[in-house]
Amino acid sequence: MAWLLAVSPVLGIIAMAMSLSHLLPIAISILAGDGMAALFAGSMALNFAAGSALWLLTRRHRRELQIREGILLITLVWMGGALFACLPLLAGIGLSFTDAYFESMSALTATGATLLDGLDELAPSLNVWRAELQWIGGMGVIVLVVAILPMVGVGGRQISKAEIPGPMKDEQLTPRVTQTAKGLWIIYFALTLACFVSYHLAGMSWLDALIHSFTTISLGGFSSHDASLAHFDSIGIELVAIVFMVLAGINFASHFRMWQEKSFRVYRHDSELPYFLGVLVASVIGVTIFLWANGVYPDLASSLRYAAFNTISVATNTGYATTDYAQWPVFAPLWLIFLGTFVACSGSPGGGIKMIRAMILYRQVYREFTKLSHPSAVTPLKIGGQVVPDQVVFSVLAFFFAWLATLVSMTLLLTLSGLDAITAFSAIVASLNNIGPGLHQVGPAANFSVLNDFQTWVCTLTMLLGRLELLTVLVILTPAFWHK
Amino acid sequence: MKIVILGAGQVGSTVAESLVSEENDITVIDIEPTRLQKLQDRLDLRTVTGNAAHPAVLEQAGARDADLLLAVTQSDETNLVACKLAATLFNIPTKIARIRSADYLSHPEIFADANFAVDHSICPEQILCDSIVKLLEFPESLQVLEFAGGKVSLVAVRAFHGGPLVGHEIQYLRQHMPHVDMCVVAIFRHDSPIAPEGTTVVEAGDEVFIIAATGNIRDVLRELRRADQPVKRVMIGGGGNIGRRLARAIEDRYEVKIIEYNKTGAERLAAELGRTLVLAGDVTDEQLLEAENAGEMDVYCALTNDDETNIMSALLAKRRGARKVIALINRGSYVNLLQAGQIDIAISPAQSTIGTLLAHVRRGDCVAAHSLRRGAAEALELIAHGDMKSSRVIGRPIDQLGLPRGVTIGAIARQREPAGSTARDGDDEIVIAHHDTVIETGDHVIVFVVNKSLVPKVERLFQVDVGFL
Repeated sequence: MAWLLAVSPVLGIIAMAMSLSHLLPIAISILAGDGMAALFAGSMALNFAAGSALWLLTRRHRRELQIREGILLITLVWMGGALFACLPLLAGIGLSFTDAYFESMSALTATGATLLDGLDELAPSLNVWRAELQWIGGMGVIVLVVAILPMVGVGGRQISKAEIPGPMKDEQLTPRVTQTAKGLWIIYFALTLACFVSYHLAGMSWLDALIHSFTTISLGGFSSHDASLAHFDSIGIELVAIVFMVLAGINFASHFRMWQEKSFRVYRHDSELPYFLGVLVASVIGVTIFLWANGVYPDLASSLRYAAFNTISVATNTGYATTDYAQWPVFAPLWLIFLGTFVACSGSPGGGIKMIRAMILYRQVYREFTKLSHPSAVTPLKIGGQVVPDQVVFSVLAFFFAWLATLVSMTLLLTLSGLDAITAFSAIVASLNNIGPGLHQVGPAANFSVLNDFQTWVCTLTMLLGRLELLTVLVILTPAFWHK
Repeated sequence: MKIVILGAGQVGSTVAESLVSEENDITVIDIEPTRLQKLQDRLDLRTVTGNAAHPAVLEQAGARDADLLLAVTQSDETNLVACKLAATLFNIPTKIARIRSADYLSHPEIFADANFAVDHSICPEQILCDSIVKLLEFPESLQVLEFAGGKVSLVAVRAFHGGPLVGHEIQYLRQHMPHVDMCVVAIFRHDSPIAPEGTTVVEAGDEVFIIAATGNIRDVLRELRRADQPVKRVMIGGGGNIGRRLARAIEDRYEVKIIEYNKTGAERLAAELGRTLVLAGDVTDEQLLEAENAGEMDVYCALTNDDETNIMSALLAKRRGARKVIALINRGSYVNLLQAGQIDIAISPAQSTIGTLLAHVRRGDCVAAHSLRRGAAEALELIAHGDMKSSRVIGRPIDQLGLPRGVTIGAIARQREPAGSTARDGDDEIVIAHHDTVIETGDHVIVFVVNKSLVPKVERLFQVDVGFL
């Protein structure tokens, strides 16, 4: 087990670096005078102290990490990150540890499921903290660390790429991984800034604009209001949210190339984009007509308004709501949740199996059809004119099986513990795909506080599995991982 | 004319053979002495063994006073370098290079004088592919050639027993189709030419060559043969250079299947092609052809590198019921054996490409020269220069030109506006030649020559007489 010691100094450095994230809520707390500054400072000190202790005690074991150590590091960073992040929630709101850990994991994985009531009365600094966690987790903790602290020693592509969602991570945007990470964060930051200003111009207060820009670009979905974006009841704000949710749902590698080449033509080479936009547009139109035909809304215009916002919010795994869409005729909310499982593009902060994997799976099925009628046919699987190596197809199939197995087993686990089928299923779908709200008892109008402790932990674990795309976490559970 | 040919492969040897008979001094360079030996045994020319892209080798081949360099080796890079050397060291006025890579061709600026100094680039595979595409477009024809920038076409059709063409005089065609102007330029019966006259009766099995405006070709073909069904399904045997190009060119228009023997080759093909169904297997494998419904194909093209494989594969497909089979056959003797037999069309790569090369070699103002019937006949596009006094063709009706027997003028592409005005190339008027048509200055005249030995006479006819200038 001596090799484990090589991980801990890196973990220590990351903990120290991440403790700096408390500075924002401290500043907000002082500005707003909500009296939480001391609490955040304490959490920050604790975080920093733990990190430096870890580093000091084990730094002589420090060396270049191997792949196995890197995989372990990622899971530990996310589990530990949620642990430290929950301290202010634990002390500031008085949640139980289970609930606070759930809330901070939901934040860090950009899921957006909450079990808090009375968000409107919550201290502004705590709301900012929740939103900031989503923002950091959206693009990835390790990616951030690699971008700002190249000397940490996790420069290997192997490690940071485990955090960037999608099946084909060998795409090299720049020769150095540090540059790539930095580029991705610059795009992320620029989009957030644009979103922040737009929200304010559309009528939000600076504080609300800050919180919502964090949770929009990370496709997280936390809001500082119980009613989510329905609180504002403003078409302008909804339009801003729609635009930025769609932008954030696109592969950031495409944004990065656009920024590098200063040309919008690069989006034409993004093979996911037409499907992403196509599915969104078709779904919005379909849901609008469905709602209108079923008489949910009196006129087509309001059907369009609610259908467009909620469809795009759930499909991109954000999880804002402007209405309790769970009350719509059952086809519509189920369709939204279904979209949430695959619509977001790879390389975006969204969750689910990602559009690219859905395309590969679909084409693999089609390929088998061809093979059946033409046994001698040579049919490579192509995405955007490029052949996808069989190795990638296999890993996508394995991923999809793991995803499905997790979905089924976790749902069964929840029903075993006494939840009704719709709640259990939708809670797991919402957690696994980092959507946020589910249906029925955990629907957009309610929250996850109905779950008992066991059910909460199941959802917490599911969110982590979903964010790290399953295999990275599951491999740690295999005996082979621990063998020499 | 002193000509240096680089590369004694398929293209190089055929060009050499075709040019050597036209009183040219030819030197062939190749790295393979055995190939040169074979060539030298047969033809009256000089050979040099060595790397064609080395200055010393070029020098030895007499590049210093050569008029024309034909770089047709297998390697694009060798051809490019040779052209550059020919320009820099030896000042050869005309340099033609065979360039296959589409990547090079998509950057024409690299052929400029300041760079690789290639005057004309040719791609035999592309020419071959284009001619097959034409055949698919007009499935009734044996060969389709275009002149005058594509405005005039020459088609060869075989008259079938019971077809509307058979048993009628040629002038009947004109009555039959008063709205379509065309000209029968030659008829080959049992492989020998007949000079077509108005009263000539077409017999079954005749190969009829017709010139008409390209837009009318479909009407003409419809009249001459009971209209065949348009092509929908095409199967290609062999995914080499030509098969791949062809599949890519036609996959959006037809349902295409392509068979490639080599497994990795098949994978590469499948990666490159879009809608084409790529099959891994042997083109002579009956079971594969059966399973993939070769018999249901409208056209089957056997395009591997191997003559025998192509013949066998095409015969198998024909036996299964493929409507029309095309085979790529390099050896002239095989072509003679097979044409008009079971295999509908035998294409000779060398013959199809040589025309483009010939156009650059010909004296006078020759825009295009297409080799027909395995090099026996030729169709030329010539520009008439001079005036009534200096030229022997301008200002006179065609029947007073004194054309040798076997030479027919088929059509004239004439610029609508007098020279010097703003008329562009696209404004040509197409005149189908009749006995009283008068040729004017600047006309592009399409001439059909049944025997190649008559070509120099035609060229002389069109040359401007220096004495009158």
